[in-house]
Amino acid sequence: MEITPLGDSALLIRVAENFDDAPGEALNKVLATKRALEAAQIPGAIEIAPAYTTVALFCDSVRAIDAGASVEDVFGWFEQRIHEALSQPSGAHAPRSEASVVEIPVCYEAEFALDLEHVAQHAGVHWKEVVDLHCEVEYRVHCLGFTPGFPFLGGLPRKIATPRRDVPRKEIPAGSVAIGGTQTGIYPIKSPGGWNVIGRTPIQLFDPEKDPPALLRAGDRVRFRSITREEFERSRNR
Amino acid sequence: MNATAVRAGFLTSVQDLGRAGFREFGISLGGALDGHALRVANLLAGNEESSAGLEITFGGLRLRFADDRIVVWGGGNFDARIGSTSFPAGHPALVRAGDEFSIDSLAGGCRAWLAISGGINVPIVLGSRSADLRAGFGGVTGRPVRDGEEFPLGENPERAKVLIKKLRTEKIARWKPPHDWSSTARRAPVLRYLRGTDSGRFVESALQLFNHEGFFVSPDSDRMGIRLDGPRLERSQDVDLLSEAVAPGTVQVPPSGKPILLLNDCQTIGGYPKIAHVITVDLPVAAQLCPGDRVGFSEVSIRDAHALLLERERNLEQFRRGLESHFK
Repeated sequence: MEITPLGDSALLIRVAENFDDAPGEALNKVLATKRALEAAQIPGAIEIAPAYTTVALFCDSVRAIDAGASVEDVFGWFEQRIHEALSQPSGAHAPRSEASVVEIPVCYEAEFALDLEHVAQHAGVHWKEVVDLHCEVEYRVHCLGFTPGFPFLGGLPRKIATPRRDVPRKEIPAGSVAIGGTQTGIYPIKSPGGWNVIGRTPIQLFDPEKDPPALLRAGDRVRFRSITREEFERSRNR
Repeated sequence: MNATAVRAGFLTSVQDLGRAGFREFGISLGGALDGHALRVANLLAGNEESSAGLEITFGGLRLRFADDRIVVWGGGNFDARIGSTSFPAGHPALVRAGDEFSIDSLAGGCRAWLAISGGINVPIVLGSRSADLRAGFGGVTGRPVRDGEEFPLGENPERAKVLIKKLRTEKIARWKPPHDWSSTARRAPVLRYLRGTDSGRFVESALQLFNHEGFFVSPDSDRMGIRLDGPRLERSQDVDLLSEAVAPGTVQVPPSGKPILLLNDCQTIGGYPKIAHVITVDLPVAAQLCPGDRVGFSEVSIRDAHALLLERERNLEQFRRGLESHFK
Protein backbone atom coordinates (compact mmCIF):
# COMPACT_ATOMS: atom_id res chain seq x y z
CA MET A 1 0.00 0.00 0.00
CA GLU A 2 1.36 3.38 -1.03
CA ILE A 3 0.21 6.73 0.37
CA THR A 4 1.05 9.92 -1.55
CA PRO A 5 -0.09 13.53 -1.11
CA LEU A 6 -2.71 14.73 -3.58
CA GLY A 7 -1.88 18.39 -3.10
CA ASP A 8 -2.03 19.82 0.42
CA SER A 9 -5.62 18.81 1.18
CA ALA A 10 -5.84 15.10 0.37
CA LEU A 11 -3.91 11.84 0.53
CA LEU A 12 -4.12 9.22 -2.18
CA ILE A 13 -4.01 5.65 -0.87
CA ARG A 14 -3.16 3.06 -3.52
CA VAL A 15 -4.60 -0.23 -2.28
CA ALA A 16 -4.12 -2.41 -5.38
CA GLU A 17 -1.29 -2.41 -7.92
CA ASN A 18 -3.17 -4.32 -10.50
CA PHE A 19 -6.58 -3.74 -11.94
CA ASP A 20 -6.99 -5.59 -15.23
CA ASP A 21 -5.93 -8.98 -13.82
CA ALA A 22 -8.27 -8.90 -10.84
CA PRO A 23 -10.75 -6.02 -11.01
CA GLY A 24 -13.11 -7.62 -8.48
CA GLU A 25 -10.34 -7.99 -5.94
CA ALA A 26 -9.23 -4.37 -6.42
CA LEU A 27 -12.81 -3.21 -5.87
CA ASN A 28 -13.16 -5.25 -2.69
CA LYS A 29 -9.93 -3.78 -1.33
CA VAL A 30 -11.08 -0.26 -2.18
CA LEU A 31 -14.44 -0.80 -0.45
CA ALA A 32 -12.85 -2.37 2.64
CA THR A 33 -10.39 0.55 2.88
CA LYS A 34 -13.19 3.08 2.57
CA ARG A 35 -15.21 1.38 5.32
CA ALA A 36 -12.20 1.13 7.63
CA LEU A 37 -11.39 4.82 7.19
CA GLU A 38 -15.01 5.83 7.78
CA ALA A 39 -15.15 3.71 10.94
CA ALA A 40 -11.91 5.24 12.25
CA GLN A 41 -13.32 8.80 12.30
CA ILE A 42 -9.88 10.38 11.98
CA PRO A 43 -9.94 13.97 13.29
CA GLY A 44 -9.81 16.35 10.34
CA ALA A 45 -11.00 13.73 7.82
CA ILE A 46 -13.61 15.38 5.58
CA GLU A 47 -14.52 12.69 3.09
CA ILE A 48 -13.34 9.57 1.35
CA ALA A 49 -13.37 9.25 -2.43
CA PRO A 50 -13.00 5.74 -3.88
CA ALA A 51 -11.80 5.02 -7.42
CA TYR A 52 -10.53 1.91 -9.28
CA THR A 53 -7.42 1.07 -7.27
CA THR A 54 -7.21 4.06 -4.96
CA VAL A 55 -9.03 5.73 -2.11
CA ALA A 56 -8.51 9.45 -1.53
CA LEU A 57 -8.85 10.88 1.96
CA PHE A 58 -9.70 14.60 1.89
CA CYS A 59 -8.66 16.36 5.05
CA ASP A 60 -8.71 19.61 6.96
CA SER A 61 -5.09 20.08 8.04
CA VAL A 62 -5.89 22.83 10.52
CA ARG A 63 -8.28 20.56 12.39
CA ALA A 64 -5.62 17.84 12.42
CA ILE A 65 -3.13 20.31 13.90
CA ASP A 66 -5.70 21.24 16.55
CA ALA A 67 -6.01 17.50 17.26
CA GLY A 68 -2.28 17.12 17.84
CA ALA A 69 -0.59 16.89 14.43
CA SER A 70 2.61 18.91 14.00
CA VAL A 71 2.51 21.57 11.26
CA GLU A 72 5.90 20.19 10.20
CA ASP A 73 4.42 16.83 9.27
CA VAL A 74 0.64 16.94 9.02
CA PHE A 75 0.51 14.21 6.40
CA GLY A 76 2.88 11.98 8.42
CA TRP A 77 0.32 12.23 11.21
CA PHE A 78 -2.52 11.32 8.82
CA GLU A 79 -0.50 8.40 7.40
CA GLN A 80 -0.09 7.00 10.87
CA ARG A 81 -3.85 7.32 11.53
CA ILE A 82 -4.54 5.62 8.19
CA HIS A 83 -2.21 2.71 8.98
CA GLU A 84 -3.84 2.30 12.38
CA ALA A 85 -7.31 2.33 10.84
CA LEU A 86 -6.38 -0.27 8.24
CA SER A 87 -4.70 -2.58 10.73
CA GLN A 88 -7.96 -3.08 12.64
CA PRO A 89 -9.39 -6.57 12.08
CA SER A 90 -11.60 -6.29 9.03
CA GLY A 91 -14.58 -7.81 10.87
CA ALA A 92 -14.81 -4.56 12.79
CA HIS A 93 -16.21 -2.88 9.72
CA ALA A 94 -18.13 -5.49 7.81
CA PRO A 95 -19.58 -4.57 4.42
CA ARG A 96 -23.14 -3.38 4.29
CA SER A 97 -25.36 -6.32 3.47
CA GLU A 98 -24.27 -7.97 0.24
CA ALA A 99 -25.62 -5.69 -2.46
CA SER A 100 -28.59 -7.11 -4.33
CA VAL A 101 -28.56 -6.85 -8.10
CA VAL A 102 -30.00 -3.60 -9.47
CA GLU A 103 -31.80 -4.21 -12.75
CA ILE A 104 -31.61 -1.40 -15.29
CA PRO A 105 -34.16 -1.57 -18.12
CA VAL A 106 -32.68 -0.38 -21.44
CA CYS A 107 -34.34 0.31 -24.75
CA TYR A 108 -31.80 -0.61 -27.45
CA GLU A 109 -33.91 0.61 -30.38
CA ALA A 110 -32.21 2.56 -33.14
CA GLU A 111 -33.61 5.94 -32.10
CA PHE A 112 -31.66 5.76 -28.82
CA ALA A 113 -28.78 3.51 -29.91
CA LEU A 114 -26.66 6.01 -31.84
CA ASP A 115 -23.59 3.76 -32.01
CA LEU A 116 -25.02 0.25 -31.67
CA GLU A 117 -24.31 -0.50 -35.34
CA HIS A 118 -20.73 0.74 -34.92
CA VAL A 119 -20.20 -1.47 -31.85
CA ALA A 120 -21.66 -4.44 -33.77
CA GLN A 121 -19.34 -3.85 -36.71
CA HIS A 122 -16.35 -3.50 -34.42
CA ALA A 123 -17.23 -6.82 -32.76
CA GLY A 124 -18.12 -8.45 -36.09
CA VAL A 125 -21.57 -9.53 -34.92
CA HIS A 126 -25.21 -8.65 -35.52
CA TRP A 127 -26.50 -5.77 -33.36
CA LYS A 128 -28.92 -8.14 -31.63
CA GLU A 129 -25.99 -10.16 -30.37
CA VAL A 130 -24.46 -6.99 -28.90
CA VAL A 131 -27.69 -6.50 -26.94
CA ASP A 132 -27.73 -10.13 -25.81
CA LEU A 133 -24.11 -9.94 -24.68
CA HIS A 134 -24.69 -6.62 -22.91
CA CYS A 135 -27.67 -8.07 -20.99
CA GLU A 136 -26.11 -11.46 -20.32
CA VAL A 137 -23.64 -10.62 -17.55
CA GLU A 138 -23.62 -9.06 -14.13
CA TYR A 139 -21.60 -5.86 -13.73
CA ARG A 140 -20.15 -4.18 -10.69
CA VAL A 141 -19.96 -0.44 -10.07
CA HIS A 142 -16.28 0.43 -9.66
CA CYS A 143 -16.83 4.08 -8.96
CA LEU A 144 -19.02 7.09 -9.73
CA GLY A 145 -17.61 10.14 -11.44
CA PHE A 146 -17.40 12.17 -14.66
CA THR A 147 -20.81 13.65 -13.87
CA PRO A 148 -22.90 13.22 -10.70
CA GLY A 149 -24.14 9.64 -10.48
CA PHE A 150 -22.29 8.33 -13.58
CA PRO A 151 -21.46 4.66 -12.80
CA PHE A 152 -18.32 3.11 -14.28
CA LEU A 153 -19.27 -0.55 -14.65
CA GLY A 154 -16.75 -3.37 -14.94
CA GLY A 155 -17.45 -6.80 -16.39
CA LEU A 156 -18.29 -5.97 -20.02
CA PRO A 157 -17.90 -9.05 -22.29
CA ARG A 158 -14.55 -8.58 -24.11
CA LYS A 159 -16.20 -9.20 -27.46
CA ILE A 160 -18.16 -5.93 -27.40
CA ALA A 161 -15.43 -3.73 -25.90
CA THR A 162 -15.15 -0.74 -28.27
CA PRO A 163 -12.70 2.18 -28.17
CA ARG A 164 -14.09 5.63 -27.35
CA ARG A 165 -15.08 7.86 -30.24
CA ASP A 166 -12.23 9.98 -31.68
CA VAL A 167 -14.37 13.10 -31.43
CA PRO A 168 -16.62 13.21 -28.36
CA ARG A 169 -20.25 14.26 -28.86
CA LYS A 170 -21.13 17.69 -27.53
CA GLU A 171 -24.33 16.43 -26.04
CA ILE A 172 -25.45 12.97 -24.98
CA PRO A 173 -29.03 12.66 -23.67
CA ALA A 174 -29.69 11.72 -20.04
CA GLY A 175 -30.21 7.99 -19.57
CA SER A 176 -27.91 6.99 -22.45
CA VAL A 177 -26.23 3.63 -21.90
CA ALA A 178 -22.80 3.47 -23.50
CA ILE A 179 -19.60 1.49 -24.01
CA GLY A 180 -16.16 3.10 -23.56
CA GLY A 181 -13.26 0.70 -24.05
CA THR A 182 -13.75 -2.28 -21.74
CA GLN A 183 -16.31 -0.52 -19.61
CA THR A 184 -19.96 0.35 -19.82
CA GLY A 185 -21.80 3.17 -18.10
CA ILE A 186 -24.89 5.33 -18.01
CA TYR A 187 -25.05 9.12 -18.52
CA PRO A 188 -27.34 10.30 -15.68
CA ILE A 189 -27.61 13.87 -16.97
CA LYS A 190 -27.30 15.48 -20.37
CA SER A 191 -23.58 16.02 -20.94
CA PRO A 192 -20.82 15.85 -23.52
CA GLY A 193 -19.25 12.41 -23.90
CA GLY A 194 -17.04 10.15 -25.99
CA TRP A 195 -18.52 6.72 -25.31
CA ASN A 196 -20.47 4.63 -27.86
CA VAL A 197 -24.18 4.99 -27.09
CA ILE A 198 -26.08 1.69 -27.48
CA GLY A 199 -29.40 2.40 -25.74
CA ARG A 200 -31.31 4.45 -23.21
CA THR A 201 -32.84 3.76 -19.80
CA PRO A 202 -35.99 5.51 -18.55
CA ILE A 203 -34.66 5.25 -14.99
CA GLN A 204 -33.35 8.35 -13.20
CA LEU A 205 -29.82 7.73 -11.92
CA PHE A 206 -29.22 11.08 -10.24
CA ASP A 207 -31.63 13.17 -8.20
CA PRO A 208 -30.13 15.90 -6.01
CA GLU A 209 -33.33 16.00 -3.93
CA LYS A 210 -32.87 12.38 -2.83
CA ASP A 211 -30.69 10.85 -0.14
CA PRO A 212 -28.52 9.24 -1.39
CA PRO A 213 -28.59 11.36 -4.57
CA ALA A 214 -27.37 8.55 -6.83
CA LEU A 215 -29.20 5.30 -7.61
CA LEU A 216 -25.94 3.34 -7.59
CA ARG A 217 -22.78 3.40 -5.54
CA ALA A 218 -19.39 1.69 -5.68
CA GLY A 219 -19.67 -2.07 -5.14
CA ASP A 220 -23.28 -2.40 -6.34
CA ARG A 221 -24.16 -5.19 -8.79
CA VAL A 222 -25.98 -4.26 -11.98
CA ARG A 223 -27.74 -6.13 -14.76
CA PHE A 224 -29.31 -4.70 -17.93
CA ARG A 225 -32.68 -5.86 -19.31
CA SER A 226 -33.80 -5.13 -22.84
CA ILE A 227 -37.18 -3.37 -23.09
CA THR A 228 -39.35 -2.21 -25.99
CA ARG A 229 -40.07 1.37 -26.93
CA GLU A 230 -43.57 1.03 -25.38
CA GLU A 231 -42.17 -0.19 -22.07
CA PHE A 232 -39.70 2.69 -22.15
CA GLU A 233 -42.51 5.24 -22.50
CA ARG A 234 -44.65 3.52 -19.88
CA SER A 235 -41.99 3.46 -17.21
CA ARG A 236 -40.94 7.02 -17.98
CA ASN A 237 -44.48 8.30 -17.54
CA ARG A 238 -45.00 6.33 -14.37
CA MET B 1 -37.22 39.91 1.85
CA ASN B 2 -35.82 39.75 -1.63
CA ALA B 3 -33.03 41.07 -3.77
CA THR B 4 -33.61 41.81 -7.44
CA ALA B 5 -30.91 41.43 -10.06
CA VAL B 6 -31.91 44.34 -12.31
CA ARG B 7 -29.04 43.18 -14.55
CA ALA B 8 -27.35 39.84 -13.93
CA GLY B 9 -24.07 40.63 -15.71
CA PHE B 10 -21.83 38.23 -17.64
CA LEU B 11 -22.00 35.30 -15.21
CA THR B 12 -23.31 35.63 -11.67
CA SER B 13 -24.11 32.62 -9.51
CA VAL B 14 -25.01 31.85 -5.90
CA GLN B 15 -22.05 30.24 -4.09
CA ASP B 16 -21.18 29.35 -0.52
CA LEU B 17 -18.27 27.21 0.68
CA GLY B 18 -19.31 24.20 -1.42
CA ARG B 19 -20.71 20.73 -0.83
CA ALA B 20 -18.00 18.54 0.67
CA GLY B 21 -19.03 14.98 1.41
CA PHE B 22 -20.52 13.89 -1.92
CA ARG B 23 -17.44 13.06 -3.98
CA GLU B 24 -18.23 9.34 -3.83
CA PHE B 25 -21.37 10.11 -5.86
CA GLY B 26 -19.37 12.03 -8.46
CA ILE B 27 -20.57 15.40 -7.18
CA SER B 28 -18.12 18.31 -7.45
CA LEU B 29 -17.06 20.30 -4.41
CA GLY B 30 -18.29 23.55 -6.03
CA GLY B 31 -18.55 26.73 -3.97
CA ALA B 32 -16.87 30.12 -4.30
CA LEU B 33 -13.60 29.85 -6.26
CA ASP B 34 -12.13 32.11 -3.56
CA GLY B 35 -13.73 30.73 -0.42
CA HIS B 36 -11.45 32.89 1.73
CA ALA B 37 -12.68 36.14 0.13
CA LEU B 38 -16.29 35.06 0.67
CA ARG B 39 -15.61 34.12 4.32
CA VAL B 40 -13.99 37.51 4.97
CA ALA B 41 -16.81 39.40 3.22
CA ASN B 42 -19.42 37.47 5.21
CA LEU B 43 -17.73 38.22 8.54
CA LEU B 44 -17.59 41.92 7.65
CA ALA B 45 -21.29 41.91 6.73
CA GLY B 46 -22.25 40.40 10.09
CA ASN B 47 -23.00 36.96 8.61
CA GLU B 48 -21.80 33.48 9.44
CA GLU B 49 -18.69 33.00 7.34
CA SER B 50 -20.29 30.15 5.40
CA SER B 51 -23.35 32.15 4.24
CA ALA B 52 -24.17 32.07 0.56
CA GLY B 53 -23.20 35.12 -1.50
CA LEU B 54 -22.79 35.93 -5.17
CA GLU B 55 -19.83 35.06 -7.37
CA ILE B 56 -19.57 37.73 -10.05
CA THR B 57 -17.55 37.08 -13.22
CA PHE B 58 -16.58 40.17 -15.28
CA GLY B 59 -19.16 42.34 -13.51
CA GLY B 60 -22.22 43.96 -15.06
CA LEU B 61 -24.39 43.19 -12.02
CA ARG B 62 -27.05 45.65 -10.77
CA LEU B 63 -28.89 44.79 -7.57
CA ARG B 64 -31.73 46.32 -5.60
CA PHE B 65 -32.96 45.29 -2.17
CA ALA B 66 -36.42 45.46 -0.63
CA ASP B 67 -34.97 46.51 2.76
CA ASP B 68 -31.72 47.91 4.18
CA ARG B 69 -28.72 45.62 3.78
CA ILE B 70 -25.01 45.63 4.52
CA VAL B 71 -22.93 44.55 1.51
CA VAL B 72 -19.23 43.74 1.33
CA TRP B 73 -17.32 42.73 -1.76
CA GLY B 74 -13.84 41.36 -2.41
CA GLY B 75 -11.86 39.79 -5.23
CA GLY B 76 -10.29 41.23 -8.38
CA ASN B 77 -10.10 44.76 -9.69
CA PHE B 78 -13.70 46.01 -9.85
CA ASP B 79 -15.59 49.28 -9.52
CA ALA B 80 -18.48 48.85 -7.06
CA ARG B 81 -20.98 51.61 -6.40
CA ILE B 82 -24.06 52.42 -4.41
CA GLY B 83 -25.93 54.80 -6.65
CA SER B 84 -23.09 56.93 -7.98
CA THR B 85 -20.82 56.56 -4.92
CA SER B 86 -17.88 54.24 -5.50
CA PHE B 87 -16.67 52.12 -2.56
CA PRO B 88 -13.61 49.92 -2.24
CA ALA B 89 -13.25 46.19 -1.59
CA GLY B 90 -13.47 45.05 2.02
CA HIS B 91 -15.40 48.06 3.38
CA PRO B 92 -18.86 47.24 4.76
CA ALA B 93 -21.42 49.53 3.12
CA LEU B 94 -25.09 50.25 3.72
CA VAL B 95 -27.46 49.87 0.78
CA ARG B 96 -30.85 51.43 1.63
CA ALA B 97 -34.06 49.87 0.40
CA GLY B 98 -34.51 50.88 -3.24
CA ASP B 99 -30.90 52.04 -3.80
CA GLU B 100 -28.96 50.37 -6.57
CA PHE B 101 -25.74 48.44 -6.03
CA SER B 102 -23.61 48.03 -9.15
CA ILE B 103 -20.32 46.32 -9.87
CA ASP B 104 -18.23 46.40 -13.06
CA SER B 105 -14.85 44.93 -13.86
CA LEU B 106 -11.80 47.08 -14.47
CA ALA B 107 -8.56 45.87 -16.11
CA GLY B 108 -7.43 42.77 -14.23
CA GLY B 109 -10.80 42.01 -12.70
CA CYS B 110 -11.98 38.50 -13.35
CA ARG B 111 -14.12 37.56 -10.36
CA ALA B 112 -15.57 39.21 -7.26
CA TRP B 113 -17.60 37.88 -4.34
CA LEU B 114 -20.43 39.78 -2.74
CA ALA B 115 -21.71 39.11 0.76
CA ILE B 116 -25.15 40.52 1.61
CA SER B 117 -26.20 40.65 5.27
CA GLY B 118 -28.64 37.83 5.94
CA GLY B 119 -27.11 35.75 3.14
CA ILE B 120 -28.87 34.43 0.07
CA ASN B 121 -31.58 32.11 1.20
CA VAL B 122 -32.08 29.74 -1.72
CA PRO B 123 -32.80 26.12 -0.67
CA ILE B 124 -29.95 23.93 0.57
CA VAL B 125 -29.38 21.06 -1.86
CA LEU B 126 -26.97 18.30 -0.77
CA GLY B 127 -25.60 20.37 2.07
CA SER B 128 -24.98 23.59 0.14
CA ARG B 129 -26.67 26.55 -1.53
CA SER B 130 -23.99 26.67 -4.26
CA ALA B 131 -25.13 26.47 -7.87
CA ASP B 132 -23.67 23.45 -9.66
CA LEU B 133 -23.93 24.94 -13.16
CA ARG B 134 -22.69 21.81 -14.92
CA ALA B 135 -25.15 19.42 -13.27
CA GLY B 136 -27.92 22.03 -13.02
CA PHE B 137 -28.90 22.07 -9.35
CA GLY B 138 -28.40 24.30 -6.30
CA GLY B 139 -28.28 28.12 -6.37
CA VAL B 140 -31.16 29.68 -8.27
CA THR B 141 -32.65 26.49 -9.77
CA GLY B 142 -29.26 25.23 -10.90
CA ARG B 143 -28.31 28.04 -13.24
CA PRO B 144 -26.74 31.51 -13.28
CA VAL B 145 -28.76 34.50 -12.06
CA ARG B 146 -30.83 36.08 -14.86
CA ASP B 147 -31.79 39.67 -15.67
CA GLY B 148 -34.75 40.81 -13.59
CA GLU B 149 -34.63 37.80 -11.30
CA GLU B 150 -35.62 38.02 -7.65
CA PHE B 151 -34.06 35.79 -5.06
CA PRO B 152 -34.70 35.46 -1.32
CA LEU B 153 -32.41 36.86 1.40
CA GLY B 154 -32.24 35.66 4.99
CA GLU B 155 -33.25 38.07 7.75
CA ASN B 156 -30.61 40.61 8.77
CA PRO B 157 -28.70 39.08 11.71
CA GLU B 158 -28.42 41.17 14.92
CA ARG B 159 -24.81 42.03 14.08
CA ALA B 160 -25.85 43.46 10.72
CA LYS B 161 -28.65 45.47 12.36
CA VAL B 162 -26.03 47.13 14.59
CA LEU B 163 -23.98 48.00 11.51
CA ILE B 164 -27.00 49.31 9.64
CA LYS B 165 -27.61 51.75 12.53
CA LYS B 166 -23.95 52.77 12.74
CA LEU B 167 -23.64 53.41 9.02
CA ARG B 168 -26.87 55.42 8.67
CA THR B 169 -24.96 58.64 7.99
CA GLU B 170 -21.50 57.71 6.74
CA LYS B 171 -22.85 54.78 4.62
CA ILE B 172 -19.40 53.25 4.05
CA ALA B 173 -17.32 51.96 6.96
CA ARG B 174 -13.75 53.22 7.25
CA TRP B 175 -12.41 49.90 8.54
CA LYS B 176 -11.47 46.95 6.36
CA PRO B 177 -9.50 43.66 6.40
CA PRO B 178 -5.82 43.31 5.35
CA HIS B 179 -5.49 44.54 1.76
CA ASP B 180 -4.56 41.22 0.14
CA TRP B 181 -7.60 39.47 1.67
CA SER B 182 -10.11 41.58 -0.20
CA SER B 183 -8.01 42.49 -3.28
CA THR B 184 -6.63 39.26 -4.64
CA ALA B 185 -5.56 40.01 -8.22
CA ARG B 186 -1.76 39.96 -8.63
CA ARG B 187 0.53 41.51 -11.18
CA ALA B 188 2.71 38.76 -12.73
CA PRO B 189 1.06 36.02 -10.66
CA VAL B 190 3.13 33.00 -9.66
CA LEU B 191 1.23 30.06 -8.20
CA ARG B 192 3.03 27.90 -5.67
CA TYR B 193 2.59 24.16 -6.11
CA LEU B 194 3.48 20.75 -4.76
CA ARG B 195 5.03 18.15 -7.03
CA GLY B 196 2.28 16.15 -8.69
CA THR B 197 1.22 12.64 -7.77
CA ASP B 198 2.26 11.52 -11.28
CA SER B 199 5.34 13.72 -11.77
CA GLY B 200 7.27 10.49 -12.46
CA ARG B 201 5.28 10.10 -15.67
CA PHE B 202 6.78 13.21 -17.26
CA VAL B 203 10.18 13.70 -18.87
CA GLU B 204 12.52 15.66 -16.60
CA SER B 205 12.52 18.65 -18.97
CA ALA B 206 8.72 18.91 -18.66
CA LEU B 207 9.05 19.29 -14.89
CA GLN B 208 11.70 21.98 -15.43
CA LEU B 209 9.56 23.82 -17.98
CA PHE B 210 6.59 23.81 -15.65
CA ASN B 211 8.61 25.30 -12.81
CA HIS B 212 10.33 28.00 -14.88
CA GLU B 213 8.25 28.99 -17.90
CA GLY B 214 5.20 31.18 -18.23
CA PHE B 215 1.82 29.93 -19.41
CA PHE B 216 -1.08 31.84 -20.92
CA VAL B 217 -4.69 31.46 -19.84
CA SER B 218 -6.83 30.15 -22.67
CA PRO B 219 -10.32 31.60 -23.32
CA ASP B 220 -12.02 28.21 -22.85
CA SER B 221 -11.44 28.35 -19.10
CA ASP B 222 -14.32 28.23 -16.64
CA ARG B 223 -15.25 27.18 -13.10
CA MET B 224 -14.17 23.61 -13.93
CA GLY B 225 -10.63 24.53 -14.84
CA ILE B 226 -8.13 26.95 -16.33
CA ARG B 227 -6.69 25.74 -19.63
CA LEU B 228 -3.14 26.88 -20.21
CA ASP B 229 -1.15 27.51 -23.38
CA GLY B 230 2.62 27.33 -23.33
CA PRO B 231 5.47 24.90 -23.77
CA ARG B 232 4.22 21.37 -24.40
CA LEU B 233 4.65 19.19 -21.31
CA GLU B 234 5.82 15.82 -22.55
CA ARG B 235 4.98 12.62 -20.76
CA SER B 236 7.57 9.84 -20.47
CA GLN B 237 4.95 7.13 -20.89
CA ASP B 238 2.03 7.56 -23.23
CA VAL B 239 -0.48 5.61 -21.20
CA ASP B 240 -3.58 6.98 -19.59
CA LEU B 241 -4.10 6.09 -15.96
CA LEU B 242 -7.02 4.44 -14.29
CA SER B 243 -9.15 7.33 -13.08
CA GLU B 244 -8.47 8.43 -9.54
CA ALA B 245 -9.34 11.38 -7.35
CA VAL B 246 -8.50 14.92 -8.49
CA ALA B 247 -9.18 18.12 -6.56
CA PRO B 248 -9.29 21.89 -7.03
CA GLY B 249 -5.63 22.85 -7.52
CA THR B 250 -4.69 19.68 -9.39
CA VAL B 251 -2.80 20.40 -12.62
CA GLN B 252 -3.44 17.58 -15.09
CA VAL B 253 -1.91 17.14 -18.52
CA PRO B 254 -3.96 15.59 -21.34
CA PRO B 255 -2.19 14.07 -24.40
CA SER B 256 -2.02 17.55 -26.03
CA GLY B 257 0.66 18.43 -23.44
CA LYS B 258 -1.27 21.56 -22.47
CA PRO B 259 -1.93 21.63 -18.72
CA ILE B 260 -5.31 22.25 -17.09
CA LEU B 261 -5.50 23.72 -13.59
CA LEU B 262 -8.65 22.30 -12.03
CA LEU B 263 -11.01 24.53 -10.03
CA ASN B 264 -13.99 23.90 -7.74
CA ASP B 265 -16.43 22.58 -10.37
CA CYS B 266 -13.95 19.96 -11.65
CA GLN B 267 -14.86 16.30 -11.94
CA THR B 268 -14.22 14.18 -8.87
CA ILE B 269 -11.98 11.68 -10.67
CA GLY B 270 -9.75 11.91 -13.72
CA GLY B 271 -7.31 9.80 -15.70
CA TYR B 272 -4.81 12.35 -16.99
CA PRO B 273 -1.42 12.40 -15.25
CA LYS B 274 -1.11 15.06 -12.55
CA ILE B 275 2.07 17.12 -12.86
CA ALA B 276 1.40 19.46 -9.93
CA HIS B 277 -1.04 20.62 -7.26
CA VAL B 278 -1.41 24.35 -6.62
CA ILE B 279 -1.45 24.96 -2.85
CA THR B 280 -4.72 25.92 -1.16
CA VAL B 281 -3.68 29.43 -0.15
CA ASP B 282 -2.87 30.32 -3.79
CA LEU B 283 -6.19 29.21 -5.29
CA PRO B 284 -7.67 32.72 -4.73
CA VAL B 285 -4.95 34.08 -7.04
CA ALA B 286 -5.81 31.43 -9.64
CA ALA B 287 -9.46 32.49 -9.45
CA GLN B 288 -8.47 35.94 -10.79
CA LEU B 289 -6.74 34.68 -13.95
CA CYS B 290 -8.36 36.14 -17.08
CA PRO B 291 -8.01 34.78 -20.61
CA GLY B 292 -4.69 36.03 -22.02
CA ASP B 293 -3.06 36.49 -18.59
CA ARG B 294 0.42 35.09 -18.09
CA VAL B 295 1.00 32.89 -15.06
CA GLY B 296 4.03 31.13 -13.64
CA PHE B 297 4.45 28.23 -11.23
CA SER B 298 6.94 27.71 -8.43
CA GLU B 299 7.50 24.52 -6.45
CA VAL B 300 7.28 24.58 -2.64
CA SER B 301 7.34 21.90 0.06
CA ILE B 302 4.29 20.40 1.69
CA ARG B 303 5.51 21.81 5.00
CA ASP B 304 5.40 25.33 3.55
CA ALA B 305 1.92 24.67 2.15
CA HIS B 306 0.59 23.59 5.54
CA ALA B 307 2.41 26.36 7.44
CA LEU B 308 0.91 28.99 5.09
CA LEU B 309 -2.56 27.51 5.45
CA LEU B 310 -2.26 27.42 9.25
CA GLU B 311 -1.05 31.03 9.31
CA ARG B 312 -3.99 32.13 7.17
CA GLU B 313 -6.53 30.34 9.39
CA ARG B 314 -4.99 31.70 12.61
CA ASN B 315 -4.99 35.23 11.14
CA LEU B 316 -8.63 34.84 10.18
CA GLU B 317 -9.51 33.73 13.73
CA GLN B 318 -7.74 36.79 15.13
CA PHE B 319 -9.48 39.03 12.60
CA ARG B 320 -12.86 37.59 13.59
CA ARG B 321 -12.18 38.40 17.25
CA GLY B 322 -10.99 41.88 16.33
CA LEU B 323 -14.25 42.58 14.51
CA GLU B 324 -16.37 42.14 17.64
CA SER B 325 -16.11 45.80 18.69
CA HIS B 326 -17.72 46.93 15.42
CA PHE B 327 -20.84 44.88 16.08
CA LYS B 328 -21.52 46.27 19.58
